[in-house]
Parts: sequence; C-alpha cells; structure tokens
Amino acid sequence: MENPFGKVTSLEAVMEYFHDGMTLMFGGFGGVGSPPDIIDGILEKGVRDLTLIGNDTGFPHIGIGKLVSQQRASKVIASHIGSNPFAGQLMHDGKLEVEFSPQGILAERIRAGGVGLPAILSDIGLDNELVVKDKPYISLADRRYLLETALTAEVSIVYAKKADEYGNLIYDKSARNTNPLVAMAGDITIAEVEEIVPLGTLSPDAIITPGVFVDYVILSKGVNWKWAWE
Amino acid sequence: MGMGVDVRNQMAKRAAEEIHTGMVVNLGIGIPSLVPNHLSSETKVMFHAENGITGMGPSPSKGKEDENLCNAGGFPVTLTKGGSYCDSAISFGMIRRGRVDLTILGSLQVSNRGDLANWIVPGKKVPGMGGAMELAQKAKKVIVVMNHCDKQGNPKIVSSCTLPLTSSACVDLIITELAVFRVTEEGLLLTELFAPYSLETVVTKTGCEFKIRETVRMIPY
Repeated sequence: MENPFGKVTSLEAVMEYFHDGMTLMFGGFGGVGSPPDIIDGILEKGVRDLTLIGNDTGFPHIGIGKLVSQQRASKVIASHIGSNPFAGQLMHDGKLEVEFSPQGILAERIRAGGVGLPAILSDIGLDNELVVKDKPYISLADRRYLLETALTAEVSIVYAKKADEYGNLIYDKSARNTNPLVAMAGDITIAEVEEIVPLGTLSPDAIITPGVFVDYVILSKGVNWKWAWE
Repeated sequence: MGMGVDVRNQMAKRAAEEIHTGMVVNLGIGIPSLVPNHLSSETKVMFHAENGITGMGPSPSKGKEDENLCNAGGFPVTLTKGGSYCDSAISFGMIRRGRVDLTILGSLQVSNRGDLANWIVPGKKVPGMGGAMELAQKAKKVIVVMNHCDKQGNPKIVSSCTLPLTSSACVDLIITELAVFRVTEEGLLLTELFAPYSLETVVTKTGCEFKIRETVRMIPY
C-alpha cells in the first residue's frame, strides 16, 4: 500500500480526535452502516459528554446505541430513539437532552452543513409545536417556512464498503443511508471501511463520496454486534 | 383485547385494494407490513423505504439475510428487479417532491378531518417522529390502518386529537377491524363494514359523528 495522501491510518492513530464534550456525527440507520471499531474505540477511551448527531440512537448494543446506553452522551440530535429504551429512559430522567428533527429534514440539515450552506427552508412539521419551537419563520412567495439550521460536527464517522487511498468511498446497499451526508459534514471525517484498495481500482462512476470529504481511512474488523433479527 | 392474525390480515387485505401497478408505496411497521402478502403477482409496485431503498422485496429466507440490506425498521429485506439504493436525503426528496404515491401507516388517533397523531404519548413513550411527518404531509395518499379502540377501549377515531399531531388534515382513508372510512371535506364517511360488526357497534366505538354511504359494502371475514 503506497498511501500517497497519508489518509490510510489506524484506529489508534485517529483516537486523538475524540475528546470529552465534542460534537460527533455518525452515519447509520438503526445501526446498519455505523462504524463498529470507531464506536468501540470511543467507548474504550472513556470519552464522555458527547453531542451526538445522527439518524437514530440505534439499539442498546448496536451501533451508536452502545455510547448512548453507557451514558457517554449529554445531547442527541436525531429523528428517532424508539429502538433504544435507554435513550428514552435517560431523556425522561433528565440525563440526556434530545433534539428531535424530522428524519428527512435532519438529513438535509446534515447535507446543508456538508455543502457549506447555513440553513434550509422547510414546511415539514409546521403543525407540531415541538418541531417549530424556537425556529424563525421565513416568508417566501406568500408561504411560511421554518428556518432549519445546518448541522456540522468536529468529527464525522462513517462506514463504507470500500475506500481507495484517496478516501473515495462506495457503500453497500442500504448501509449507505446517511453516510454520504455525514461524510461531508465533519470538520474531520473518518471512514471505517471493509476494504481498502489502491488508487485507480474503484470505478470513478461508482464512487458515491469523493475522497475530498474524507480525511482518514481505517480498515474495519467488521460488525461485532448481534442484530435484532438474528 | 389483542388482535388475531386473521383480523390483521383482513385489514391488510383491504388496504392492498388501494395499490395499483406503477405506484411507489411506503409501508409503516406492524399491520401495514402485511399488505404485500395480499397483492396479486400482476400488480407491479415499487416499495420505498426511508433508509434509501426503492424496489424493496420480501424478507429473505433464513440464512439468506444480508446485514446491509434492511428496511427502515432494521430487518432484512431483498431488492426486486429495477430496484435501487440512495442516501437518506434523496430518499426523503422522493417523498417531499410528491413521488411517493401512497403511504400506509399505523396511528394512535385520527380526527374526523384527517388529523394524524401517531408519534408521541406525553409522559409515556418518546420514540421521535422518524420519517412519519414527511410521509404524512407529502405522500399523495395516506391510509391509516389501526385498531378501532386503544387498549383501554377508548375510541381512536375522534373529533379532535388529544395527542400531539404528526400532521393535520393529511389522512385520506381509515381502515380498522370494524369499518372503513373515507375522510371528506364534510368529515368522515363510512363506506364499508367488516361482516360480523353492525353499524351500532361502530357508532358506539367511534369518538365522533360520521356519515354513512348509501350503500355500505359488507366485507366478509
């Protein structure tokens, strides 16, 4: 492996980027497409007081759910926490702040952050007091919209099927989900991948996330949790 | 009062009548997930999943599961011919742009003007709205399939929802184990009855007034 861009590295080497009180964005949907080794690394390092941004809080022992159920997060921005009862309990007990965002709007807020836009206009959830809370309204062509702010994070962690040495990524089936969006929105983006291949190996037409957005690539040991359906 | 498999399938079968070739359809969890079992093989539909699947197929047989090919509930599915994957932003773009023809959802309450409350019980479950708001607001047609009453026996079809709304005036059709209602400008219109039940039973168990179509279709069990 030539590693001409210095992006291919190890889990140990990227652990310096994780610290108490940070904002961390993660790819995945119900744990599918979440990076197992990085999540375990964060657990083992003992990082606390995280602000987590992602689609959902996984399951108690799956994906980002591990960090949530072990009380490593003080805040979560997500669309759904129902599959992780610990998240609901911690929220109820006042130990976890949860900001709910409608799923597609959350995805667009992350995308906006990833493509350098400050906010988007949305008409989703205008009937819901929780969604509209503290958000400014913008009038456009005689219609009212909510201003939904963009989301970025100090570090984004994603899971992909393959990366080349530049960090170009392709994903596996429905494990793509929020990963291409999350990959763009981190100040630093770390991709955990099932396979690292030399430059020129991936079909340029098949690449979903250009390596421009990816700072580091590490090789995954693979999913180490038991799925709910197993 | 729990519901038997037959009752659930009866409701799913009725919902399946609303699906036609060429539609893009998003199904919620629970009874809606039974709907594909009641479609004829001639009905060609693209099932949409919020996590980025268009053309979702049935569950794989045991041992054939792919952990990276799951529905929005996290359970293994397959992909049909012509199916594709996309990211979550594109997936919801399809919904907001009006490309999803039909969504079939469960609900906690529905009002007689089609308000949907299906995402939070204050002080109890706090699951989050997930993709329900976008689907309820932007799918071209919204069908609710649910028990007629909650576990305490309270009507779930009401004159005004007491639970926080997912979206207002969005539901087009309500299917329960007792009856089928169309949501019209003038309120609810009962169009069908499941055979063992009488109109009186439906009136007693419904929390709002409704009109009755001149010829009510009786659906046999």
